[in-house]
Amino acid sequence: MVEIRGDKKVLITPVSADDLKDIKIGDIVWLDGDLMTCRDVAHRRLVEYGRELPYDIKDKAIFHAGPIVRKIEGTEDDYEMVSVGPTTSMRMEKFEYEFTKQTGVRVIVGKGGMGPNTERACKEFGAIHCVFPAGCAVVAATEVERIAEHHWDELGMPETLWCCKVKEFGPLIVSIDASGNNLFEENKKVFNERKEEAKKAIYPEVKFIK
Amino acid sequence: MNKEESVKLMTDKMAKFVGHIGKKLPDDVIAKLEELAAQENAALPKVLYETMTKNQKLAVSLDRPSCQDTGVLQFWVKCGTGFPLINELEALLKEAVVQATFATPLRHNSVETFDEYNTKRNVGKGTPTVFWDIVPNDDHCEIYAYMAGGGCTLPGKAMVLMPGAGYEGITDFVLDQMTSYGLNACPPLLVGVGVATSVETAALLSKKALMRPIGSHNENANAAKMEKLLEDGINAIGLGPQGMGGKFSVMSVNIENTARHPSTIGVAVNVGCWSHRRGHVIFDKDLNAVCDTHSTVEL
Repeated sequence: MVEIRGDKKVLITPVSADDLKDIKIGDIVWLDGDLMTCRDVAHRRLVEYGRELPYDIKDKAIFHAGPIVRKIEGTEDDYEMVSVGPTTSMRMEKFEYEFTKQTGVRVIVGKGGMGPNTERACKEFGAIHCVFPAGCAVVAATEVERIAEHHWDELGMPETLWCCKVKEFGPLIVSIDASGNNLFEENKKVFNERKEEAKKAIYPEVKFIK
Repeated sequence: MNKEESVKLMTDKMAKFVGHIGKKLPDDVIAKLEELAAQENAALPKVLYETMTKNQKLAVSLDRPSCQDTGVLQFWVKCGTGFPLINELEALLKEAVVQATFATPLRHNSVETFDEYNTKRNVGKGTPTVFWDIVPNDDHCEIYAYMAGGGCTLPGKAMVLMPGAGYEGITDFVLDQMTSYGLNACPPLLVGVGVATSVETAALLSKKALMRPIGSHNENANAAKMEKLLEDGINAIGLGPQGMGGKFSVMSVNIENTARHPSTIGVAVNVGCWSHRRGHVIFDKDLNAVCDTHSTVEL
């Protein structure tokens, strides 16, 4: 579902492919509902070893992140979110097409850009990749209402699947939209052109070997 | 104070220090980020800098690590041979990391290689990393503590160029790494460059360069000139905050160098993210500690 709340466009899980069709790269959106942390080993387990995820993320969101959590005193097995920012999404690029196909995830949140596998997944299955401002882990943690479940704890704190309920989680900057457009790849073209100009300006100044 | 009490005192001080640098950025980084943020006018970089600023304030008010990736701890130690705890130092630093891990809390960031399991204590074989410089006839101990996060560790690269490639080759090496990996490593970056004779000498220097204050310069005039050229060049690429476009890309470029073999130029690059968590503390022989990077900590 999509809701316009003041000046915020909020995606509410379950999110449908239709909800994403008017969202374009560079847009800023927010998220309410289910967001599960999911990174390197969980992707490998599903895609390479065929192990089913213990939590259904169809039409929900994942977060490429490995948080710091703290056990809530007086509870058996409940945790609070202390600090949770995005990790480098590109590490999951090699798995993301197959991952999206198998899980039906709609919103992938992480850091930095992703590549052609993810573009293809977003376009074919109707999903988006967004960037949460990296290093802003306390902002993100305060937007997590609670950790509802956690799975695969044996992987250790960063790799455990922390299944969170979030409220106005963001800002999320859309980096790949459901048409497969890629903000980082478009920026890269400009960056590379400017880089070649910058190199040309430096070369004549660094001829220290005479 | 007996030896046991001294060890406990220094361990406690280092644990507190490590916890602090995970929550509060050093003074030079805060000042530079403010300077860069003030010059952005476009909507997206402004929103990003606002969120970054809000995060640092929340980290202090809620007393939490500002970034969830509190890194693998690295210590650069410059220790006098007369420092009373020189023999205990390495074990004490490991203990301080464990202590800080549970008190702060820090993320569990030590995965044993080959056996591939997380130790869940944030220390392991060879972690935290301790780099030693021994100073003869001195009784002080200087320590740089650095939280090497995964994101800013990924762009690290070293290679050996042929002299024919020259300093133009170094320019290509550094700038190419910025647009391939740097943009995903949380700009504005602090870029450390090592120019030496081989991969390991250059690599070590490129990380050491990240300990230097922002705004400092290499003492060699040509190297200092190249720092400025690279800084201006990378800024001209316009990576912006988070690599999503803006007027600047870096907080600074720091070069460290040694002499080289006539047939080789060893070069390496390492980057620090905008959340550059490094601190510098100096202990005297009585274990009085002074920190010159964070005006916000008393040890």
